[in-house]
Amino acid sequence: MAYVVQRPELTFKEKAYLPSILNGLKITFGHFKKMIKGETKVTMQYPEEKWDSQLPEHYRGAPTLVKDEHDRERCVACQMCEFICPPRAITIKPEEIPSDNKFAKVEKRPREFEIDMIRCIYCGMCEEVCPEQAIYLRKDYAINGLTRAEMVHNKAKLYELGGVFAGLVHKWNPEK
Amino acid sequence: MMTLAFFNSIPWEMILWAAGKAIFVIFLVVLPLVSYTVYAERRVSAAIQDRVGPNRTGFPTTLLGFKKDLQLFLGGLGQPIADAVKFILKEDFTPGGVKQFYFWLAPCLAMLPLVSLAFIPFGSSLFGEKMVIADVNVGVLGIFAVTGCSVYAIVLAGWASNSKYPFLGGIRSSSQMIAYELSMGLSIIPILMLFGSMNLSDLVQYQADNGWLLLPLWGKGWSWERWLMLVPLGISFIIFMISVFAETNRLPFDMPESETELVAGYHTEYSSMKFALFFLGEYAAMIVGSALMVVFFFGGWSLPFIPDGNGNAAPLFQSIFGGIYALLPNWVWGLANITVFFGKVALILIFFIWVRWTLPRFRFDQLIKLGWLYLFEIALANIFLTAAVLAFTNSK
Repeated sequence: MAYVVQRPELTFKEKAYLPSILNGLKITFGHFKKMIKGETKVTMQYPEEKWDSQLPEHYRGAPTLVKDEHDRERCVACQMCEFICPPRAITIKPEEIPSDNKFAKVEKRPREFEIDMIRCIYCGMCEEVCPEQAIYLRKDYAINGLTRAEMVHNKAKLYELGGVFAGLVHKWNPEK
Repeated sequence: MMTLAFFNSIPWEMILWAAGKAIFVIFLVVLPLVSYTVYAERRVSAAIQDRVGPNRTGFPTTLLGFKKDLQLFLGGLGQPIADAVKFILKEDFTPGGVKQFYFWLAPCLAMLPLVSLAFIPFGSSLFGEKMVIADVNVGVLGIFAVTGCSVYAIVLAGWASNSKYPFLGGIRSSSQMIAYELSMGLSIIPILMLFGSMNLSDLVQYQADNGWLLLPLWGKGWSWERWLMLVPLGISFIIFMISVFAETNRLPFDMPESETELVAGYHTEYSSMKFALFFLGEYAAMIVGSALMVVFFFGGWSLPFIPDGNGNAAPLFQSIFGGIYALLPNWVWGLANITVFFGKVALILIFFIWVRWTLPRFRFDQLIKLGWLYLFEIALANIFLTAAVLAFTNSK
């Protein structure tokens, strides 16, 4: 059905066009001035400004390995994380701990522990499944490298990122 | 002997000066100004739209072995260089079915506006040499002749591309240019009537001595006759400004390109450096247009308290500040005049950009109607108004 579109009645000032142009120029200049003065909120300038201090508690960054307060590797090379890992990013080669070692009672430790950060999807299942609380997702998110080999975190790198986690294994305690 | 006489008859000094001035203006001032106008366009548009804009690209000092790129105060000042390098490295693709000769000719013609810079006095004088490349008595005509030719670039590009969108762009452009060329020429006539000459450097000298055309505050300008003349001059300024916007295809009148309707208008089929030439030509035309506005209405290189390259200012300022002027060598003032001129040009360019990011595009019939039914008539009537004011003030 046909209907009539009501056109607004323009005043003379609006018909003259030039005052409206000046008005428009005023509006755009207002925006310009606010931007120059730094009053406009703009995108974060990433490498200079970072979001790190505001990362939430539950943020899942790069997975890392931790040692306990006696400098013992918490990881016992049970390979649970390797099996649970959905993209199969984790490769563990276990080894026996020599009997003369201080921690000989633990029986096993990883000889090699590699996480391929190109494959990792930061799901956090490795952290969830670990019975020894050895693997944690920390808040590092800017993982980069120039080659594929550089993107594979080996044991040394994982411990460097993870550091020390003191205290008892309290995975099932609410205080975690 | 004949050849020697011929050799001696060539005005070598004049040729050298002209070449020197042309190189200075084109390569040291206008081309950098063009690329930084593009940069300013991006930054200002960003600020108007509440964005940051390109603020990353520094000068690539890393290529010279430094640790970091050089970032100057604003950041992103290396952007024009990066843009140019990008354009040069892109594939220069010529589509099949184009008319080769004209397809190649069009981008060359797009740089034609640069020629009209020859007539524009960009400074007073330096070492006794007038700072205008071609100081001819028909400067105004020369400029209009050259800028009138710039439409050929667009028409040829549109036609030679053998594609419908460029064709539409070219057609639109030619009708638009014809419509606005007329009112542009007519809007200048009141100035010629008042001044009685077409020599642009004399026109600027007159403004330096007697007040700018739109700001008659000293010399002969400080009289009620000149202030009455402001009415027709103001009208012709507005018409001239609108026509310059239309001539340079800037936004309220960017029919030939209108990217929402015609893909990219006349340069749709162009790539790489050929496209860059259109792009640069458009900005060069902007610079020429603003230089014309400065020369005609804003006193060219003159600034009230700065003397010209011979150390002479308008009598009013000469009597007050004459001592200060003598302190510095004349070439300093000559350079100051050149700086003032290009500073004014830069201000008007900023205005161009500001308008572009404020106004939406006209519809094509509105554009043609505005050109033929309003601006043309007003410019014509304005000539008679000027004549009436001149007759009235002279009879007194």
